[in-house]
Amino acid sequence: MTDIAATAPVHGHDHAHDEHDHVPGFFTRWFLSTNHKDIGTLYLIFAIFAGIIGGVMSGMMRLELAEPGIQYLHGWAQFFDPAAGDTQAKHFWNVLITAHGLIMIFFMVMPAIIGGFGNWFVPLMIGAPDMAFPRMNNVSYWLTTVAFVLLVGSMFVPGGSGLGAGTGWTLYAPLSTSGSVGPAVDMVIFSVHLAGAASILGAINFITTIFNMRAPGMTLHKMPLFVWSVLVTAFLLLLSLPVLAAAITMLLTDRNFGTTFYDATGGGDPVLYQHLFWFFGHPEVYIMVLPGFGIISQVISTFSRKPVFGYLGMAYAMVAIGVVGFIVWAHHMFTVGMSVNLKMYFTAATMVIAVPTGIKIFSWIATMWGGSLSFKTPMLWALGFIFMFTVGGVTGVVLANGGVDTNLHDTYYVVAHFHYVLSLGAVFSLFAGFYYWFPKMSGRMYSEVLGQLHFWIFFIGVNVLFFPQHFLGQQGMPRRYPDYAEAFTYWHHISSIGYAIMAVGMLFFFANIVYAYVAGKKAAANPWGEGATTLEWTLSSPPPFHQFNELPRIA
Amino acid sequence: MTDSKNLRTAMLAGLVAVMMIGLGFAAVPLYNLFCRVTGFNGTTQRYDPAAAAEEPQVLSDTISVRFDANVSPKLPWKFHPERPRDTVSIGARDMAIFIAENNSPHPITGTATFNVTPDQAGKYFTKIQCFCFTEQVLQPGERIRMPVLFFVDPKIKDDVDARDIQEITLSYTFYPVDEGKKAS
Repeated sequence: MTDIAATAPVHGHDHAHDEHDHVPGFFTRWFLSTNHKDIGTLYLIFAIFAGIIGGVMSGMMRLELAEPGIQYLHGWAQFFDPAAGDTQAKHFWNVLITAHGLIMIFFMVMPAIIGGFGNWFVPLMIGAPDMAFPRMNNVSYWLTTVAFVLLVGSMFVPGGSGLGAGTGWTLYAPLSTSGSVGPAVDMVIFSVHLAGAASILGAINFITTIFNMRAPGMTLHKMPLFVWSVLVTAFLLLLSLPVLAAAITMLLTDRNFGTTFYDATGGGDPVLYQHLFWFFGHPEVYIMVLPGFGIISQVISTFSRKPVFGYLGMAYAMVAIGVVGFIVWAHHMFTVGMSVNLKMYFTAATMVIAVPTGIKIFSWIATMWGGSLSFKTPMLWALGFIFMFTVGGVTGVVLANGGVDTNLHDTYYVVAHFHYVLSLGAVFSLFAGFYYWFPKMSGRMYSEVLGQLHFWIFFIGVNVLFFPQHFLGQQGMPRRYPDYAEAFTYWHHISSIGYAIMAVGMLFFFANIVYAYVAGKKAAANPWGEGATTLEWTLSSPPPFHQFNELPRIA
Repeated sequence: MTDSKNLRTAMLAGLVAVMMIGLGFAAVPLYNLFCRVTGFNGTTQRYDPAAAAEEPQVLSDTISVRFDANVSPKLPWKFHPERPRDTVSIGARDMAIFIAENNSPHPITGTATFNVTPDQAGKYFTKIQCFCFTEQVLQPGERIRMPVLFFVDPKIKDDVDARDIQEITLSYTFYPVDEGKKAS
């Protein structure tokens, strides 16, 4: 992404050819949308909405975990089902952990980072007028919303020992087959099917767009790193999601049609489900974080006023992470009874991923080195991302050891690890991207003060929230329990306080959006100055409804 | 940038997705094959005397084999080994007897699943004949003695992961044969 300068006529604020911009009516524009920017906006609104629901669920869990014993679960379960007893209350806990995980992964991070920012900025950054298949793009979006409705709906129908699916987001058999009678788990499986189909269609769309619709002169090796990251992510989606679809289809037939793919009574094996699930599940974590890597590269480069250090290394590090990500899945299941040699392989392969990841961290720091730094809100989030992701990466290397993992498997150490890389890593990159591109998307400037307050309070909050969970894990606190021995009270209590701090930080985020639309200054085409060199900054803010009628030429 | 070029790329990408779905389902037989070949997850081996080149060599080392019998709650049978354990020379054939009894007033067909622990021993625990290879039909009140003919492959002594094993547990669980459920 070095030195991209558009030599085409720059679209100013008051471009004369706007008479071509036939903006359709409200219903057609937002419900039958084929415009990549509108669909991106829809995805972002959807992700914020789903994130609020998933976030409230985590708040309920932290509230219950603030003290030992069970305080609130019975009341909450009775809200859904007045006849709920102790079993139903405890089942509701399982429903919460399941729904929180699925919502945050499939309906918050993925729609925001791929559907939202990917749709908005991939065509803009490569100089394309739109996505390759605008209607298919719309299909993807609405499939995602239907999937979300199915998932939320599953919480209101029977799922075994209470209302809702209490299987965990991994849907392991036999709990998800013979262990959960009732339609709730079927609905969750359908929901994941639909969300997966939507993502596969989206991935096909991105691959076609990026391969075929780049502006003249925009070679693959000149593409901005965000576009590279979405391209790699699209391939990961294309290769991993169909395997999940196959795996959960077999769950469905095991549940409803008497097959025994995962049932030992008929010659099946539940461990096979774990292999298939994690063959998808491990690439999935890179699907969530790779576009974040792309965003961070754009932000760091912009606010250091330097091109990214080691552009090619950065691009191919992402390719390497994607490739190696497919051959490490069994480190999620070290405890199923593997031979020492197999564990050694998966340990070593997992640690190898630290090399390309290290290249990326190093290159971001080297980009800043000697740069003309300005610590605007997006840059703060990007720096926060580097810090958090490094902490999460280091605990990941610890967990990669088959022997160590035997001890830490399914403890809060694992919870802390994946929240550092996802809830803090991927989410920090989402906020970095949101603040970075908000002026471009809305045409309004957010409040720098509110943005920085959001960052600092959120940063402190999530660290208070998740860092103590490392200690809990090492002390032996298992994950997915609503109650615990009194010895764990101290750090659990602090962790819950951290949640409250984080929630206060989020208030500043919403206040900032309201501020921007009510009193925000009009954003210039390029509010970030000479560091912002990618094509979207050559367009007005917000960009015209149809852009690049005349394709830009890349020098 | 023509529509047909876009369509071609999309078709290729779609083909990849379809192939991955196929691979997901193909994982089922491949995984079974993998377990049978490698003894993964404690899958035991089968020995066909007609096809085998030579008789396994009998070593002076012995190993203890424990027998474990379970019945699915859905199957009204009694099922237990005649002796709970046996000490056998590695490489030597041994026969264990399991006894099953149908307590119900109906004839019932059952089938047994099996595995051994520790998992690493699966590769070396070789069955020549087993009641678990076929379905068993028991008439009301019928009691049958079912033999398992097996040996522990002497190669176990060459495997660094398995040569220290002193005791192998052979476990069976009997399930009713449900006509709706077919082995995958």
